[in-house]
Amino acid sequence: MAQEAAEVEIKGSYPEIDEYYESMPDKNGALIPVMHKAQQVYGWLSEDVQLYISHLLGVPASKVYGVATFYSLFNLERKGKFRVNVCLGTACYVRGAEKVLAAFENELDIKNTETTKDGLFTLSSIRCVGACGLAPVVMVNDKVFGRVNPDDVKRIVDEFLSKVGDIA
Amino acid sequence: MTRQIRIALRNCGVIDPENINDYIATGGYDALAKAIFSMSQDDVIDTMKKSGLRGRGGAGFPTGIKWETARKAKSDKKYVLCNADEGDPGAFMDRSVLEGDPHCVLEAMAICGYAIGASEGIIYVRAEYPLAVKRLQIAIDQAKELGLFGENILGSGFSFDIRLYFGAGAFVCGEETSLMNSVQGGRGEPRLKPPFPANVGLWDKPTNINNVETYANVTQIVRNGWEWYRQFGTEKSAGTKVFALAGKVNNVGLVEVPMGTTLREIIYDIGGGIQHHKKFKSAQTGGPSGGCIPAEHLDTPIDYESLIALGSMMGSGGMIVMDEDDCMVGIAKFYLTFTAEESCGKCTPCRIGNMRLLEILTRITEGDGTEDDLKKLESLGQTIKDTALCGLGQSSPNPILSTLHYFYDEYMAHVDEKRCPSGTCTKLVGYKILPEKCTGCTVCARNCPVNCISGERKKTHVIDQKRCIKCGVCFSKCPFKAIIRG
Repeated sequence: MAQEAAEVEIKGSYPEIDEYYESMPDKNGALIPVMHKAQQVYGWLSEDVQLYISHLLGVPASKVYGVATFYSLFNLERKGKFRVNVCLGTACYVRGAEKVLAAFENELDIKNTETTKDGLFTLSSIRCVGACGLAPVVMVNDKVFGRVNPDDVKRIVDEFLSKVGDIA
Repeated sequence: MTRQIRIALRNCGVIDPENINDYIATGGYDALAKAIFSMSQDDVIDTMKKSGLRGRGGAGFPTGIKWETARKAKSDKKYVLCNADEGDPGAFMDRSVLEGDPHCVLEAMAICGYAIGASEGIIYVRAEYPLAVKRLQIAIDQAKELGLFGENILGSGFSFDIRLYFGAGAFVCGEETSLMNSVQGGRGEPRLKPPFPANVGLWDKPTNINNVETYANVTQIVRNGWEWYRQFGTEKSAGTKVFALAGKVNNVGLVEVPMGTTLREIIYDIGGGIQHHKKFKSAQTGGPSGGCIPAEHLDTPIDYESLIALGSMMGSGGMIVMDEDDCMVGIAKFYLTFTAEESCGKCTPCRIGNMRLLEILTRITEGDGTEDDLKKLESLGQTIKDTALCGLGQSSPNPILSTLHYFYDEYMAHVDEKRCPSGTCTKLVGYKILPEKCTGCTVCARNCPVNCISGERKKTHVIDQKRCIKCGVCFSKCPFKAIIRG
């Protein structure tokens, strides 16, 4: 006997996602672009957002979750205001990126992949950003810092701390 | 830089990539017009086959044969895909082409579309490359405005359109069947080949898929003829290859040289040699799929076959230079960490095998390895190579197998003497102050981040080994070379 699928309650409304989906000329393969859009708007993919996308596109929620967990760019947790990404590509690695990462862990008092309690900084290591000539490279949001050494870390953190006022 | 010949990179840094007129002024879109108006579909494919161009994404499959297969496949709909999911750490040639000369890729895709009978092109580009994305979109829009894409191009009756699709950060999506699954909106997992994409590709339709750098060569071949292209490179590997030179070398950046150039010419003549006059230890080519090539092979002319014979591979062209301070076991562990994390998990050899390899390597770098572990690395590595489903797993043991082959002594030092010769495996390193050389200047104690060095001024200092984190700061700061590593 086939069992009735449990009705999933859709919470909230997401007009930006609706609008984007409507505007897509080709709905085949729309899932990943829609997830990109949702993350761009909301910063991360909450369970509610994933369920909504599943409902909107008519695909199982398990597939949305499967895709979300497969790709490293999709966030399943809320991220900090400033996302510190330390490149651990090979060129950065041989030029000491691990020490830079350790210095950030020390300065922010969190481990790699964690977010500070005040929600300001998320620390991550990332794959090659293709700026190997500047190794080791750190990106904070969209800003690129090249040839970073562990002594520069405090200055970089302070630079963003000083912007907190501007954003709020 | 006189040894360089720029074909794929000919316009990078020369033209304004956001202005189509700059591209047209250098002869841009001439090749497309030539193909559509004065060549048959078979002429184009014949030219590509005779040119000897091989896939620049790493595997080196002959491009003309790929195109021919897609041309012969019967279908109402075909696709032209461009693989711009440049994921090898340490490779950035595709990024440079997309940012510096986006039109040359678009033009080549249209030529391919004409040759195989496809009307739709898709570029799968990393979302991590925002500038490349922006410039590609500008290029597409400008070309459409001039009637170079869309319906009935230049009044020829041939229609072709291109759009972008964004990756989401998965290394395995550089594998062509994974990439196609990703474009279809799913997890980027590979599938068995055959059937090849040229017969059963995107949405099960015949699909030609090439990498950015491959396409970047196409327009010049069509324009100047295959004979012209053949003058560069070697008999089996025609043309030029772009390498991303990085690591411990004086001049880092992209170099484009004819196939058959030696590693020594690239690293010493173009790269300016090793930084800080240190000793060359190895060159890593091919990223996580490649291997480490030692000094004794610096004079090997590089092409697809010679690199495989050396236990490495061309890969996308990353070339990381390593010096005496780099531990080869540590480098192998670095790459295995990468592949174990990026394994999609679909096939067992790659999902579990790579994890076991990584565990063994970790054991060795922490001083708990045995000689038996080295045998396990070898046999398990070979098994994964033979049995994994896709290119990722089939090549992931290469960094281990090549370093085991060329740097066996270094592995032995780790397992036998519990010693890391280059001093990078922190668990195997210790620092000691030599009483006869220490002047009690206090520099080490003041620089120690965990304050584990004690001693009165002008008296011998001592490191508390229990608290020492082996960061090596004291070693590098001591003005009297009184601290030794061992």
